[in-house]
Amino acid sequence: MTALLSFVIYLILAPFIGGLLDGLDRKISARMQGRIGPPLLQPFYDVAKLMHKQNIAVNRSQEFLVASFCMTQILAGCMFFAGSDILFCFFIISTGSTFLVFAGAITNSPYSSLGSSRELIQMMAYEPAVLLACVGLYLASGSFNVRDIVMQDTSAILFLPGFFLSYIFILTIKMRKSPFDLSTSHHPHQELVKGLTTEMGGRNLAYYTITEWYENVFLLGVVALFIINKNPSSYIAAIIVVLAVCFVETLIDNVSARVKWNFMLKSTWISTLLLAGVNLLILMLV
Amino acid sequence: MAKVKRSPWLLHYDGSSCNGCDIEVLACLTPVYDVERFGVVNTGDPMQADILLITGGINTQNQEVVRQLYNQMPRPKVVVAVGVCACTGGVFKECYNILGGADTTIPVDIYVPGCAARPQAIIDGVVKAVELFQQRSDEHEAMIKEKRRNKKGE
Repeated sequence: MTALLSFVIYLILAPFIGGLLDGLDRKISARMQGRIGPPLLQPFYDVAKLMHKQNIAVNRSQEFLVASFCMTQILAGCMFFAGSDILFCFFIISTGSTFLVFAGAITNSPYSSLGSSRELIQMMAYEPAVLLACVGLYLASGSFNVRDIVMQDTSAILFLPGFFLSYIFILTIKMRKSPFDLSTSHHPHQELVKGLTTEMGGRNLAYYTITEWYENVFLLGVVALFIINKNPSSYIAAIIVVLAVCFVETLIDNVSARVKWNFMLKSTWISTLLLAGVNLLILMLV
Repeated sequence: MAKVKRSPWLLHYDGSSCNGCDIEVLACLTPVYDVERFGVVNTGDPMQADILLITGGINTQNQEVVRQLYNQMPRPKVVVAVGVCACTGGVFKECYNILGGADTTIPVDIYVPGCAARPQAIIDGVVKAVELFQQRSDEHEAMIKEKRRNKKGE
């Protein structure tokens, strides 16, 4: 029953929370740059406008691919919040990202094709850390199921500080923040115009944005999973940690310049190996 | 009707401008003027743009580019000519390669005069363009509804 309830709550509330976090991010970024910034609800205005624009698609199948991307990401999030297998959720997320890569590549535009190949490299960079985070949560709780992980006596982060940090590291890639926003960026001017989303306009871009909100809420849910234990007050701690992580990501976004893909791949793998790998060794040996 | 005017995304194209107006356009994004207060985003992608901001006159080489950018923008869209060169050709009007203002190639809705146009004038022009954008969006929506009704009637 609770599973069904959280499933429905995620389905309805996630886009609102994701959109608000996006608005907050833009507002805080603007304040960091000494500007007033857009209204908090700006992301919602943007999506509402995109829905009313003429839909130009270079390739008809783009709409189908973006819709598939949207559906799979929402499905993964729903499964996560319903308390099912976390490994499963991440595999579905990866499948969904492939649809996005196709949606970018199918237009034949040089910018979005290059964005697609960069997206593939990004996937290659963050997947090890994601898989290790799942393994870490299993080692800490003895189960891959989210509903079991949240019922532990102590928070998983006590055993998994390295896994947590490596997950935060790759969250910069997943949330498309500088310095790792290679395939497509939230900032309007990029060397690839808009990268992966260059050929998306109107409705398709709106669906893409909403999917991104769903995905962000899911990814931050995994952050919360490191904190939550069976004590109800840990939920408040989890919310504080999630907001702090969002703030840190915004800060990193504002103080760093975009890097080249080889640096991203190297630094991500090294950080994964050092932080999560060492943590894994300690967990298995001690 | 949706309030599309809260989220105008700009596409800035530099014709044969002397860069004076371009610098003023970029100045609008800085902390002093901060047009993002109105939801304005300076996007580089015509597919996602609502308002085309042109600086500088049209010459024989960039005419096709301007036309293509305009055609790539989805409806509803508004064009703003920033600076006297984009309005009429300005001091370059008599040059052998200059065809004139932006309206020689695409329909221009708002003219922002000045050499270079001041940021205040540009923001004023954008605010006017935003009103027009809202009006066009309402018309566009009404047209789509009309089409749907006709289809059902058949």
